Amino acid sequence: MTSIIGPASFNFFGIFPAVILSFILPVIGIGLFAYIMARRIAPLVRANPDNRFDQIGKRVKNLILVWLGQIRQPRYMLAGVLHIVIFAGFLILSIRSMSLVVVGFSDGFLLPGFGGPLGDIYNFFKDYAATFVLIACIIAAVRRGIFKPERYAVPEKYGKDHTAEAVFVLGIISTLMISESLFEASELAYEFAHTGNEHFLAPLSLVWIFKGLLSSASPNILQGLHIFTYFVHDLAFFFFLCFLPMGKHFHVITSIFNVFFMRVQKGNIKPVMHGVSDDKLDDLESFGVKKLEDFTWKHMLDFYSCADCGRCSDQCPANAVGRPLSPRFITIKARDLIFKNYPLSGEIYKSSLLVEDIYTEDEIWSCTTCGACEEECPLGIEYIDKMVDLRRGMVDEGMVPQSLQKPLKALEKRGNPYGKMEKKRADWAKEKEFKANYQIKDLAKDEADTLYFVDSITSYDDEMQEIARRTSIILEKAGVDFGILGKLEKDSGNEVIRFGEEMLYQDLKDQNTEAIMETGVKQIVTADPHAYNALKNDYSDLPPVKHISQVVAQKITTGELDLKPCQDPEKVYVYHDPCYLGRHNGIYEDPRKALDAIDGLTRVELEKSRDRSFCCGGGGLMLFYEPEEETRMGVLRVNMAAEAGANVIVTACPFCLVNIQDAIKVAGKEGEMEALDFTELIEQHLE
Amino acid sequence: MTQIFAYIPFKNGAAEDVALEYPTAAKKIDEGASLTAVVTGSGADLDKVADEMTSIYSQVIKIDHADLAYPNAEVVRKALVNIIPTDAVFLTAHDTFGMDMAPGLSVKMDSAYAADMVDFEGIDGTTLKGVRQELGGAVNIHVTIDISSGAVMTVRPGSFAPVDGGSAGGSVVDKSGDAGDLSVKRKFLEVVEAEAGDVDITKSDVLVSIGRGIEDEDNIEIAQELAEAMNSVVSCSRPIVDAKWLEKSRQVGTSGQTVKPKVYMAMGISGSFQHMGGVKGNPFIVAVNKNPKAPIFQVADVGIVEDILDFIPELTEAVNDL
Amino acid sequence: MEILVCVKRVPDTAENEFELNSAGNDLDRDDLVYSVNEWDNYAVEEAIQIVDKVGGNVTVITVGDDESEEVLRREMAMGANSGILLCDDAFEGSDGKGIAGILKAEVEKGSYDLIMSGAQADEGAGQVGGMLAAMLDYPYASLVNKIEVQDGKITVGREIEGGNQEMNEIQLPCVLSIQTGINEPRYVGIRGIRKVAKVDIPVNGADDLGIDTASVGAAGAKTKRVDYFVPDMGDGAEMLEGSTDEIIEKLIEKLKAKGGL
Repeated sequence: MTSIIGPASFNFFGIFPAVILSFILPVIGIGLFAYIMARRIAPLVRANPDNRFDQIGKRVKNLILVWLGQIRQPRYMLAGVLHIVIFAGFLILSIRSMSLVVVGFSDGFLLPGFGGPLGDIYNFFKDYAATFVLIACIIAAVRRGIFKPERYAVPEKYGKDHTAEAVFVLGIISTLMISESLFEASELAYEFAHTGNEHFLAPLSLVWIFKGLLSSASPNILQGLHIFTYFVHDLAFFFFLCFLPMGKHFHVITSIFNVFFMRVQKGNIKPVMHGVSDDKLDDLESFGVKKLEDFTWKHMLDFYSCADCGRCSDQCPANAVGRPLSPRFITIKARDLIFKNYPLSGEIYKSSLLVEDIYTEDEIWSCTTCGACEEECPLGIEYIDKMVDLRRGMVDEGMVPQSLQKPLKALEKRGNPYGKMEKKRADWAKEKEFKANYQIKDLAKDEADTLYFVDSITSYDDEMQEIARRTSIILEKAGVDFGILGKLEKDSGNEVIRFGEEMLYQDLKDQNTEAIMETGVKQIVTADPHAYNALKNDYSDLPPVKHISQVVAQKITTGELDLKPCQDPEKVYVYHDPCYLGRHNGIYEDPRKALDAIDGLTRVELEKSRDRSFCCGGGGLMLFYEPEEETRMGVLRVNMAAEAGANVIVTACPFCLVNIQDAIKVAGKEGEMEALDFTELIEQHLE
Repeated sequence: MTQIFAYIPFKNGAAEDVALEYPTAAKKIDEGASLTAVVTGSGADLDKVADEMTSIYSQVIKIDHADLAYPNAEVVRKALVNIIPTDAVFLTAHDTFGMDMAPGLSVKMDSAYAADMVDFEGIDGTTLKGVRQELGGAVNIHVTIDISSGAVMTVRPGSFAPVDGGSAGGSVVDKSGDAGDLSVKRKFLEVVEAEAGDVDITKSDVLVSIGRGIEDEDNIEIAQELAEAMNSVVSCSRPIVDAKWLEKSRQVGTSGQTVKPKVYMAMGISGSFQHMGGVKGNPFIVAVNKNPKAPIFQVADVGIVEDILDFIPELTEAVNDL
Repeated sequence: MEILVCVKRVPDTAENEFELNSAGNDLDRDDLVYSVNEWDNYAVEEAIQIVDKVGGNVTVITVGDDESEEVLRREMAMGANSGILLCDDAFEGSDGKGIAGILKAEVEKGSYDLIMSGAQADEGAGQVGGMLAAMLDYPYASLVNKIEVQDGKITVGREIEGGNQEMNEIQLPCVLSIQTGINEPRYVGIRGIRKVAKVDIPVNGADDLGIDTASVGAAGAKTKRVDYFVPDMGDGAEMLEGSTDEIIEKLIEKLKAKGGL
């Protein structure tokens, strides 16, 4: 014999044709896989609707960048690079693996077009792909099994450690790589021994190494190895395929879909029910997510897609301060519940209230909706909408902590969470010194082309009122013709909708929209990122909305605003990105640009900045709710600023200012550190 | 002549302070009214209190019955109906016993009822004018009470100046025999004592509230001592809870407890909006802060610029010397 | 168990800053917001929890004007099964006894095992529950912060001075006034209220109840509210100055006057 017998022609013990096995394995494998997938899809079919077929262009872009390009992976460098290697290897080797299945029926089968140079080039890359995947698997296994990065630990309350599953799968992948390479190496070694034909092999690739090792092996051994490794590969391949939907490696299958369907718009909240317009909300029997099936199919797909990488929780500020929330386990617990309630065989169980069954009330209220988790997830898994949907369900069931009932009721009755009187909403403009120099137009009576939307905290909190005055002065100096809504302004409702009180939010939105449209203004300016976000992303049909930092940056560019040299040049400033300005709305540069326009101002960057900014503790209703926590987010943030060498934290959000000012005191850094609002710093430096 | 009867609450053989306040209230109702103390109970404690009352009241009625050993409002009411003349004015303290017993008594006596009186402005014919508070103490209101067929009223403890006892030289009349059938449909079982450390700051009329000015956990003791001297409890602002120096249940503020004390001693509290949001009912606010610009001085009634760490111990000493 | 809970629509103390009108004899009511009396929410929540455990119905009732219907709906949104509005021009100006008398007439038309009210409301008197009990000859317990239901009788805890709890066994039917903190009332949003917006709420007047109009309203009231006034309050704090001893002396004087000592 001059060439090795392939699995299609081989007979075990000389009589039993191996091709039968080559046939049975794929039939069982594919049949089982189809059955498992059908069971897995069942809950998605029962789930609530979700409109994810819009904005195809953006979705394709996500597919190319996030899925194929893996752009979020290197945010965690080592794990990210390992993943890119394995992912790329999988893409390349999937062609080989599929053609190998056919090789079981037809010796020497080649995909059409792979007979010539294309096949050679492919083989060259494939051999390296297998090699690098194996290396990546070994490093990954060592990392997970021996070094055990903290991120992957499973706190006792959330269940058992997942390391075994991870290492097991790395083992299967390694088996696939090794068996594929041995299958090929044994054939080439056999051929070389019998014909002296030398194929070009990628140097130092697995096949190259194996072939070298096998150069002195007997033909019988090579023949046996060839057949054995073929079936090892075949078996491992179909086992792996059917094993994927059993756990965190389901993402190998679902990721392409999950990324395609991921969030394409930022800062907004999903409707209560896709396909139900705001004016039909009253007809809905139930609100929000109470049971498993109340999630949308995309949110279920999220649960399936989680790779358990822990990046969300690693970035989550609630998790960092020891609140009872870890986004990773929001997903894992739901996934495990789906697996339990929708078993692979037998009856589907009826699901009960999620908040009781797998979640706790505190867990769901702990989220500040800062969005750090979503920004990080390489698979496009969403959390904010799920949190909001769960809260909608809790609000509908009356499960709202007393500390939140008070401000919600005040919002209903008075349009602000503090229960202050409507007529005092514009009292900030009545401060003596300010009033002597500036007259603020009330757009209920006067006309202007810009509305300054103040929002509740800036209107009513004695200290934050300063932001309103400084904003007004900046607008005036910049030549903006503006006015306010006065007592007609209601809370923007940014947190109301995010805390699940949809109907109250709708009420606030309607009242504000009507008041704003009545004024006929051409643009809206606000200094509160929460108001900015609500008006821009939650409301509809309003005039364009700008944050004061955008106005300042623009006016500096046009030369309409001039800033003096820094008054405290010896201080070191750092800019803290508010979540609702940065992550949710992408405004990172304008505030920095404005700060840098102050001559002689020393500015450093926080390690966690821009889209990795660390939440100050949350705004709006979050000020009224205190979950159990070991420390405060603001304190961690202040410490980060201190580490960065800063002594002035500049932010552009009244809630950040409140939280950071408080945190400076708690951290015992009074005197060494101070917090300033953007408007205050700019106003101080106006020419 | 108006006949006034005053119910004397007591504990462990000692009358509550309100016993000294009724005479002032009675005078404000009607200068010329007769005033009789009523004491119910059983055994030695009752006798002791009844005797003690003779120094304040010219006449003391005592009702001794085993069923009255604990002041079960239902039983006391049943006894009083048979003792108090239907056209008399009956006073009792606006405490947890008075609130329990008095409204029903006014029905059984078919007389007028007025609760939680803080002042009286005299009588005109059979119309008595008085002052009470509404809306959690936010506003005062004048009320008129037609006492032509008697009245039952509760008076707020601490609202009427206490009299000096010792000179009344009164006598005790035992009316136990008139009490009648005292069987009721509510049976007293026991008093479950509050767990130590489990302080309800929302129920205290005076709060010694501390903020960051206390500086260190060890200093909380000086606030505790002042609170004891003032017969009040210690509450705090958020940073103190954050530092885990006091339990969460002590925190006043929008994210903590809402309190409605009469007097609020803000010690080293800057007076943030979030903190003051938890202080309701328009209490008398005393602010001590070393920062003269602390916002607390805007909302306080009395302000003192001092370091609380020096000021509190001196104040405690002065209060204890009273 | 059939439970009746008496509720009241009151100016919301948390959301209002009370000011007097220009005449100085009444509240400036233009900017007032009203809601259900805080204590009543606890009573309704407790009633719902009892019914959840032992079965039965919760009925909420109020004496008031047309606008009082909103508080009944709010409590029905919480979970009360039905509401009754007692409304008549003749009821206006009733004192506590008048209100208790009106409620008594309605109670006698039904068959309730347990009647609850909040421990007190806006006027801070805490009177109606005790009066109603006395009129019905039912036993009464006020300031209840714990209820355990057994057959035919219940054990109740009353909140007494010093944070202590007075335990009583009380026979049914009875009247209880409920103290805050006995439970955590559930949240009622706008959506909940809209869901019960169309439920029929019977309205009963003096004739329906067989009440002599002379015994209720302003005519029957022996205690009348005359005028509001605000005790003197300066702007900002009065700063005490001088030596520490002098300051303390002044402070103690003020504390004595304000009931702080």
